[in-house]
Amino acid sequence: MQIHITTSDGVPIYQQVVNQIKFLISSGRLNSGDELPPIRVLAAQLLINPNTVARAYRELETAGIVEKRRTAGTYVSEQGSPLARRERVKILAERIDTLLAEANQMGVSIDDVMKLVQKRHEAFQSARNEE
Amino acid sequence: MLDSISLSSPIVEIRGLTRKFGDKVALNDLSLTVPRGGVFGLIGGNGAGKTTLIKHILGMLKAQMGSVHVFGLDPVQDPVGTLGRIGYLSEERELPDWMRLGELIRYTRAFFPNWDESYAEELRESFDLDKKARIKTLSRGQRARAGLLVALAHRPELLVLDEPSSGLDPVVRRDILGAIIRTIADEGRTVLFSSHLLDEVERVADRVAIIHHGQIMLTASMEELKEQHRRVTLRFEQSLASPPNLVGSLSSTGQGKEWTYFCNGELTQLRSAAAAIGATVVEEAPLTLDEIFISRIL
Repeated sequence: MQIHITTSDGVPIYQQVVNQIKFLISSGRLNSGDELPPIRVLAAQLLINPNTVARAYRELETAGIVEKRRTAGTYVSEQGSPLARRERVKILAERIDTLLAEANQMGVSIDDVMKLVQKRHEAFQSARNEE
Repeated sequence: MLDSISLSSPIVEIRGLTRKFGDKVALNDLSLTVPRGGVFGLIGGNGAGKTTLIKHILGMLKAQMGSVHVFGLDPVQDPVGTLGRIGYLSEERELPDWMRLGELIRYTRAFFPNWDESYAEELRESFDLDKKARIKTLSRGQRARAGLLVALAHRPELLVLDEPSSGLDPVVRRDILGAIIRTIADEGRTVLFSSHLLDEVERVADRVAIIHHGQIMLTASMEELKEQHRRVTLRFEQSLASPPNLVGSLSSTGQGKEWTYFCNGELTQLRSAAAAIGATVVEEAPLTLDEIFISRIL
């Protein structure tokens, strides 16, 4: 599980852990039933306070994204998918906002942006088919 | 976990501590409580009083006024009862230069009944320290690692690190952060460390105290600190030559119609004060510990 912590933008570290685990689930790099690293292991790996990891796991558990099992491990829960879908939409919406702001800056109309998105989609598809 | 910390008696309890060196006031009626368990970060600029405070905790300086208690004991009157339970690494990393590393380990072991031989060996190997090397020939980084080894190997209840990362490269700093994390992973152990490298403090500290001009300006959990301090950018209807003072703000910068306020915790107050004068919040973001520190001491 790859997580990167930065202290340069002020986002609380537990929040960074929560966001990135959500992102890993949304993007399919973590799946239902996958086990998250034990708190101490992740804390030592990221060089952050174990209590911070514990807080992030608690937050994810409350949101139903992960669950604790009797064997003491923390796992991505089965119900992860509907939440993950919402999360996916949220992540995309943020990216689209950035895109729209830049398009606006450059004086590119929404119609042209839509056309460009369609064009890039087709290029993407044909590149995939060649693989 | 938080409840069990606050219920047990504090590890360090300082009341009204004043210390003068000649005319210079180093500590000024300072009070500080370090609870048991977790990592306590002491942050302050050069000359703020961090090292003087730590020397009182270690019993190296006697309180001129006020009181210092560590594990409920006076460290000056009962050095045996306190120092044996503390691991300490100073900024200067004073070590006996004439010794070889193996001798340093055997020498230090004699002072600590709880010395853990296998842990010491494990640390020595992971730090890549040569038993036969003379202390004076060690590089800065290896010297810090040697200091860390002898501070950790008796598994102290309280680990005190005074500017541990000062002047060290990122690889050694990683070892030090790792040691802090490993220490508190053992239930009930406490780490007190001072630093001006605030990104490190932000990573590992549960609680933070800001020391400035020999006084504690603020003590809070890292969580509270991050939640209460925000950067709020306001847009005013007209250009302003200087920003209006708003309740709840520590400082502000900007120009024209947009001004950014550093908020001190009363976020709702600041929002309603802004709304009252017709300003709108156009951006709001959390602050880094660096920014919080600067807005607090300036």
